[in-house]
Amino acid sequence: MFMKILTLKKVVTVSFLLAGLLVGVILFSVMVGSVKVEPKHSVSILIQSLLGLTGTGTEMERTIILSLRFPRALLAGLVGAGLSVSGAVFQALLRNPLADPYILGVSSGSAVGAIIAILLGLSALSFGLPLASFAGALITIALVFYFGKQEGKIHPNILLLAGVITGSFLSAIIMFLLSISQKEELHTILFWLMGNFSFANPRAIGIVLPYIGAGFFLLYWNSRHLNLILSGEENALQLGVDVERLKIISYLSASLITAASVSLCGLIGFVGLIIPHSVRLLFGPDHRLLLPASALIGASFLIASDTLARTLLAPVELPVGVITAAFGGPFFIYLLRKRKVVKTL
Amino acid sequence: MIDLHSVSFRYRQDWVLREISFQIRKGEFVGVIGPNGSGKSTLLKTLCRLLSPQTGEILLDLVPLKEMSQREIARKIAVVPQEAYSLFPFRVIEMVLMGRSPYLGRLMFEGARDLEIAKKAMEWTETLPIGERYVDEISGGERKRVFIARALVQEPEVILLDEPTANLDIHHQVDFLELILNLNREKGLTIAMASHDLNIASEYCDRLILVQGGKVYKMGTPREVITRENIEKVYGCKVWVDENPISGMPRITLLKKGDRSVEALERG
Repeated sequence: MFMKILTLKKVVTVSFLLAGLLVGVILFSVMVGSVKVEPKHSVSILIQSLLGLTGTGTEMERTIILSLRFPRALLAGLVGAGLSVSGAVFQALLRNPLADPYILGVSSGSAVGAIIAILLGLSALSFGLPLASFAGALITIALVFYFGKQEGKIHPNILLLAGVITGSFLSAIIMFLLSISQKEELHTILFWLMGNFSFANPRAIGIVLPYIGAGFFLLYWNSRHLNLILSGEENALQLGVDVERLKIISYLSASLITAASVSLCGLIGFVGLIIPHSVRLLFGPDHRLLLPASALIGASFLIASDTLARTLLAPVELPVGVITAAFGGPFFIYLLRKRKVVKTL
Repeated sequence: MIDLHSVSFRYRQDWVLREISFQIRKGEFVGVIGPNGSGKSTLLKTLCRLLSPQTGEILLDLVPLKEMSQREIARKIAVVPQEAYSLFPFRVIEMVLMGRSPYLGRLMFEGARDLEIAKKAMEWTETLPIGERYVDEISGGERKRVFIARALVQEPEVILLDEPTANLDIHHQVDFLELILNLNREKGLTIAMASHDLNIASEYCDRLILVQGGKVYKMGTPREVITRENIEKVYGCKVWVDENPISGMPRITLLKKGDRSVEALERG
């Protein structure tokens, strides 16, 4: 009897196709914007510069494409990939379909860092805002793991409680800081909290890429073992997995990816929750395919959302979080109604 | 081939296993029986190092279990869980192939040989026809057989079963136990099974270990262990023990409290 099983070939093929989709979305996002640049020009400027040629286009067109739209698309792609992968892993590790990258309070910690930076005027410095929010996220991760460990072991439910409680404590700090903020600061803070790429500094790509890249590599390294832990820790242990090491590596990698993503663009919701579920519906729960497919689809989704965010009401720019939530929310409700997400729910 | 030398284990405070020593020989079918909380499940968990005893030593083929990696253990000892729900459901074939995990390197995919091994195991357990179905969509009895197939795919020497017949109707109980017995007799696999069903243990096991309060109360053949005296002492309830007229093995009948006809039976 013929049985279909996951093969390397399938993973490579699917990744290749999804990478094609991603390239298409990037090209589209480079073509559109509040300043009109002839679409053909946009693409040729981009391709020529990637090939190291200088060619067509006015100085202004070149600046818009190469310094604004393209880096921004890359950044959105990186963050979309990061949040989707870490969401998928948190769902597996916590064995909770409602888990997302922010569930352990990393987002609240990073928000506190960002708000303090804005209130102290550090956001004027080129890396002031991302560094402060990254620091806030790292401190939160350390605290949550300190509270969540028992007898040197990580228990998913205890860690979850520690994360949720740390998160709500930090929310209290956020509300306190908001209530003492001035009007102009409030606007900046709210925009950050809603998720936004207009703060993003293109040079930040180089800084964030190593964290997201290393995190993704470590998670993919453990991808087969993540399949086994879906049926419980004892199950994974008796199939030969060093479960405690798997948990430490995976939790920390996913948390670091989240911290790095959030520090760039604030709290973009829904991506980390709906992308993994949607990809499971398409390709099944095997992490060897789920992780790369989530990364690529998440990247495409967030680039597309950001393109909408900056063109829908141009020249006014919407927070991208508004778009992801506006599309993600109803879509997720649809999935839930179909009861397709998790059969045991 | 499995040696326990005064193994003791505790979770927090109280010792759940106290200085347990015994041996399971290669190819044996051993039953672990005892009341709730006697330490049966804990004992099985220490055998595959899901739990590590604080004192004492467990040897697997003369090698201390604690010096082996989890992966090495998984190649020799397979566990058939009572239930194992995956948060996001896999298909039966995928679940069975997970048993190859202890043989696969990182970033590796199951190959043709792994698939061959899986198909053989599924043939053996009659799960091949449901290979493409989702694990959460098949019946409890079928799922039990899927877990057996997964255990076989680990190519182990020992299979551990915790309450394998719980939640199964009598038809599926018999089917399942016949399957286990075949693995033992035909494949020479060593079986250790914890069970609440004393009649099943008596029928199928070569040897029984009766535990009470984390200690071995009595060990031996079913005839030696399942006696009215032993069972009443350990379980603290009245039972009647006679012989199964077909197999000649000891058979237990539960008695209502205050049933006077027992005395009549005792008098013969």
